[in-house]
Amino acid sequence: MPPLDPAILARRSEIVAALRAIVPGEGVIDDLDGMRPYECDALSAYRQMPLVVVLPESVAQVSAILRYCQDNKVKVVPRGAGTSLSGGSMPVGDAILLGLGKFNRVLEIDYANRCARVQPGVTNLGISKAVEHEGFYYAPDPSSQIACSIGGNVAENSGGVHCLKYGLTTNNLLGIEMVLMTGEVVRLGGKHLDSEGYDLMGLMTGSEGLLGVVTEATVRLLRKPSTARAVLLGFPTEAGAAECVAAVIASGIIPGGMEMMDKDAVKCAEAYVGAGYPMDAEALLIVELDGPSIEVDYLVERVAEIARDRGATTVRVSQDEQERVLFWAGRKAAFPAVGQITPDYMCLDGSVPRGKLVEVLAEMRQMSKKHRLRVVNVFHAGDGNLHPLILFDANDPDELRRAEEFGADILRLCVRVGGVLTGEHGVGIEKRDLMGEQFTEIDLDQQVRVKCAFDPDHLLNPGKVFPQLRRCAELGRVVVHHNKLPFPDIPRF
Amino acid sequence: MAGTIKPRDAKELRQAVEWALNDGVTLDVRGQGSKLALGKPMRCDQVLDLSGLSGVVDYAPEELVVTLRAGTPLSEVEALLAQRNQMLAFEPPDLGPLLGLEAGQGTLVGAVMGNLAGSRRVSAGAARDHLLGFSGVNGRGEAFKSGGKVMKNVTGYDLSKLLAGSWGTLAVLDEVSIKVLPAPDQTRTLLLLGLADEAAVKVMCAALGSPHDVSGAAHVGDRTALRIEGVAPSVEARLRGLRDLLRASGAKMEELGTLESRAFWREVRDVAPLKADQDAIVWKISCPPTEGPGIVTRIKARRPAAETFYDWSGGLIWLALPTSADADHEIVRGALGSAGGHATLIRAAESVRASVPVFQPQPTALAALASRVKESFDPKRLFNPGRMT
Repeated sequence: MPPLDPAILARRSEIVAALRAIVPGEGVIDDLDGMRPYECDALSAYRQMPLVVVLPESVAQVSAILRYCQDNKVKVVPRGAGTSLSGGSMPVGDAILLGLGKFNRVLEIDYANRCARVQPGVTNLGISKAVEHEGFYYAPDPSSQIACSIGGNVAENSGGVHCLKYGLTTNNLLGIEMVLMTGEVVRLGGKHLDSEGYDLMGLMTGSEGLLGVVTEATVRLLRKPSTARAVLLGFPTEAGAAECVAAVIASGIIPGGMEMMDKDAVKCAEAYVGAGYPMDAEALLIVELDGPSIEVDYLVERVAEIARDRGATTVRVSQDEQERVLFWAGRKAAFPAVGQITPDYMCLDGSVPRGKLVEVLAEMRQMSKKHRLRVVNVFHAGDGNLHPLILFDANDPDELRRAEEFGADILRLCVRVGGVLTGEHGVGIEKRDLMGEQFTEIDLDQQVRVKCAFDPDHLLNPGKVFPQLRRCAELGRVVVHHNKLPFPDIPRF
Repeated sequence: MAGTIKPRDAKELRQAVEWALNDGVTLDVRGQGSKLALGKPMRCDQVLDLSGLSGVVDYAPEELVVTLRAGTPLSEVEALLAQRNQMLAFEPPDLGPLLGLEAGQGTLVGAVMGNLAGSRRVSAGAARDHLLGFSGVNGRGEAFKSGGKVMKNVTGYDLSKLLAGSWGTLAVLDEVSIKVLPAPDQTRTLLLLGLADEAAVKVMCAALGSPHDVSGAAHVGDRTALRIEGVAPSVEARLRGLRDLLRASGAKMEELGTLESRAFWREVRDVAPLKADQDAIVWKISCPPTEGPGIVTRIKARRPAAETFYDWSGGLIWLALPTSADADHEIVRGALGSAGGHATLIRAAESVRASVPVFQPQPTALAALASRVKESFDPKRLFNPGRMT
């Protein structure tokens, strides 16, 4: 992280007083005990106390806080529920932590137009819960959905198990209201589709809190599919499972979810929840089909057929809702289950073309030998989003170092085969220093220039996403080479 | 008459922009020029013709991704995907005939630059939702890339979203990766006859809110059309479900088979139901679906000769008005009132487009932000200057 600014630290009491003038009462927290719950997010290996915590209750207060920060060059870190797995909402020692937790109301549900207008602190699952009695739900379902907030989902463009078929946050968002660093409040989108100008809402989605603070979101509601069934498929080789994934998609089927677990993950999950997984399989697939029951029955048969053709040794179709939930129970508990057999684990999030899955898994095993650490794989096979878990003991400094190197090697591998560093967890602080593996300096400069259009002083969520933030004034210069036309070969008319 | 520069590869593309930057030359960036009549008229020093950068770079059906050069004709991509029973799920419209050109022109990247979408917008999204990544050149003459070729990617800002719908004003693209999807086995349509606008929108919203996976909902004349796609047994079951659901509307129902359905939805996609003369003004209004009929009523109160039809369950209004010097833009945008949404002038004479805001004017803070974003890509305003403002 960048070094703390002593001038800001020296002005702490003045900054606290200014915030109290904006947010009265309990909304400003400056004592150590009170700030402790905010010292990290779900990437808990990294901790830092913020300068001060402020919990506004109105858009006017958010606006006044950001305007104060802009005028006084004070940094600010926005935070929803603090469930980021990449350190996206980790505090910074010389920055205000701006918590949106009090923005927790569902403002409007409009079934006819199939959307809900909510405040950013409403949880992801809270939206679905608010509309389930009418048979609707909000589709993106990150595994933290019980706790994570929709504002954080917008910041991270959160995904989940069902995004191959239903899309990520960005595909399910209709509108936002946001506050800029100037304190200006702008509305993007609404209950209608598409932008009248540049799609700034699309840009905001997944911008990791570096561009503006979301104070309201309008999300798309979907009608719940009438049926969902899961198929459990065991394969004697990982290659067989990966081929099955490709074959299902090539046959024109887009499952609601298609998850893969390797043998070690299956063992852990089975020991933990007893889902009835086949213990002889090298790789397990869970394929969920959803839709009208007649379609689901038809597709389940086709998937089973494809799997048998690819050498599946276990093919089991859930016979009722209870069994479907049981099939998923092992997958959903896979992370804590792995936690039972190791003091610590590191969860990665690279994304690769599906056709490279087998190659990537094999190479990961080689790396595992090299770094002398075990790796367990649980992932969204349908969209090539890997979640390798590296097992280590954080109390052993050498293991921690090896785990970090192993993780970086895996992400480099993902980039090398045509994939990306992060599929859904975000860059945050965790993958910040690996951005150069995927992007050139010019690529990154272009992104930082976009950042400058929103936040010219780099005050918003500092130290995240970009390895270095070159100053906007420096980036703004246009270099013109006044040489003669050096390209005589390009066809001209 | 401006000259034309036609690069043949990525290096020449970058060199062309570098040259334009050095000499302060503004560029009219185009693929096939099929949408030149859309947007604010421009006066550019030079045409940058991307049609020399053509061809599919990589197509892996099981990855659901196609990568292609920026000048690749849309028809070529669609034909290639059809061979493998896949499609561009966002159904890019062919606006050629609407704009007075022959059908079948245009590039895929041109459709992306307009963030176009057909009737499947309501279930599958627009071009913005299918652009996975790109490489191109910014207004500093720098080659850069964003996004990737994978389904799930949150590494860095999602610049693809900005580029989609930027009408070529931010960067000149060289290569794009687009998400594709399996084409449905069958396409059928349930028609409800004789419903007035308001009742039709109610029916369409109810259908889209049902579990029957409706992938198109349009109201054209006295026909309200609901599209059902997929495998045969499912299509049959869902059509039955829809009929049961909508029986209470009292409307007479008919069905279109796969071939008729495809023709019907292609016409809706390409705005063919508007029968007004070629010189009539055409607007596209995006609004909350239930607000559609009210907006149309307000416009027709002032302009009884207006011709309209609805797509996107009522959330898209296609409107034709008799020709006028100001395209009745105040009437059209005034009719939106507090309903929310925006109106884009799709067809009007050049002199009209020069004097009327083609795209919905934005509030000051938002317009200023958009302008800063433009400058972050193209500080000297080389690319399609003034096309969007």
